[in-house]
Amino acid sequence: MDTFLEALAALLLVLGSLMSLIAGIGLITFPDLLSRMHAATKPQVLGFLLLFAGLIIHLRSWGLIPVFALAWGLQLLTAPVSAHMIGRAGYRTKHVAKETLHVDELKQVISNHSQTTGTTAAVPPAKPAQNDEPEST
Amino acid sequence: MKDKNLKHRDQRIDDALDTSGVRHRATFKQEWPLLLLLIFVWGALWQDFSAGNLLFGAIISIVIVNLFPLPPVVLPGRINLWYCLKLFAWFLGQVFVASGHVARVAIVRRKKARSAVIAVPLRTESDLVVMTVGHVLTLIPGSFVVDVDRSSSTLYLHYLDVNSDADVEKARANIHDIERRLIMAIGSPDEYEAIKNECGPDFSSRKPKK
Repeated sequence: MDTFLEALAALLLVLGSLMSLIAGIGLITFPDLLSRMHAATKPQVLGFLLLFAGLIIHLRSWGLIPVFALAWGLQLLTAPVSAHMIGRAGYRTKHVAKETLHVDELKQVISNHSQTTGTTAAVPPAKPAQNDEPEST
Repeated sequence: MKDKNLKHRDQRIDDALDTSGVRHRATFKQEWPLLLLLIFVWGALWQDFSAGNLLFGAIISIVIVNLFPLPPVVLPGRINLWYCLKLFAWFLGQVFVASGHVARVAIVRRKKARSAVIAVPLRTESDLVVMTVGHVLTLIPGSFVVDVDRSSSTLYLHYLDVNSDADVEKARANIHDIERRLIMAIGSPDEYEAIKNECGPDFSSRKPKK
C-alpha cells in the first residue's frame, strides 16, 4: 500500500510539473498576447492541483487539506483576474495582433465610448464604464 | 440616473453612490459568508480547527472587516447545493480538458488557427453571477475575459480557434451554457425561473435557445 501511494504521489508530482512546463512552452510558442494568456492561466491551475495532491499523499497529513483547499481556491480566484488585467491592458494599449482575430466585437464599443466621453474624462456613474471585475467578497 | 427604476440593479447604484462620498456599509446579513471565509482561512493557516482558535479567528475577522470595509456584495439569496456540486464536478473535468487543450495547441502548432474577441451579453443582472461566469470561463477551455461592461452584463471574451461566424455562435452558446449552470446553482429565484422556462427543468447539457 505504501509503495502504491508513493508511486501515486510521484506520478502526481511529475504530472503537475509537466503542466507548468506546458504553460511555459505555450507562453513561448503561442502567436499573440491574448492567446498566451490562455497558456498562462489554464495548465498551471491543474498543475498546482496535482502537485499539491501529490504532496498531501506523500506527507499523509489530513491537516494539510484545508490549507490546500484555501491555496487552490485563491489561485482559482486570482489567476483569471490577472489574465483579465493583462489582457485588458494589452488590448487597450494596442498590443494585440489584430490580424489573428476573426472578429473583434470590442473595438467598436471602445471607440464609441471614447468618442462620446473622451478617454480621459471621468466616467459618469450611470454610463457603461470600463469596470474592473467585481472581486469576490 | 435612469437606472434608478431598475430594481435589480440596486448594487450598481450603491457602488455609484460610493464615488460621491457616501459609504455603504455591508450589513451582517450580506457579510456573514465573508466572515465565515476569514475564519476558515485562520483555521487553515493554523491547521487547528478547535473551538478556541476559531473563536479567536472570528474576533480577528470582525476587526478586519470593520477596519477594511468593502462595498457590499448582493447575494442572490438562493443556493442549490446539488447543482453546486454538479457544477463543481463539471468544472473540475473542464479544468483537465482545458490543460489538455492548451497542451495540444502548444505542442502541435497550427499557424492557421485564428481567434476572436466576441461580445457575450449575459441574461443575469447579478454581479456575483457575472463574476463567477467570468472566472469559470477563464479556467475552462478556449476563452478568457478581456473586458466587462457591468451595466449591461456583457462580457468581452477572447476565444481560441474561431475561424467562422458559426464558431462565434457556438462560442456564445457555450458561455450561455455556463451561465445557465451557474444560475441553476446560485442565481436569484427570478433568474432561476427564467432559465427553467427557457431550457426546461433538467440539468442536461442542452444548449439554451438564443
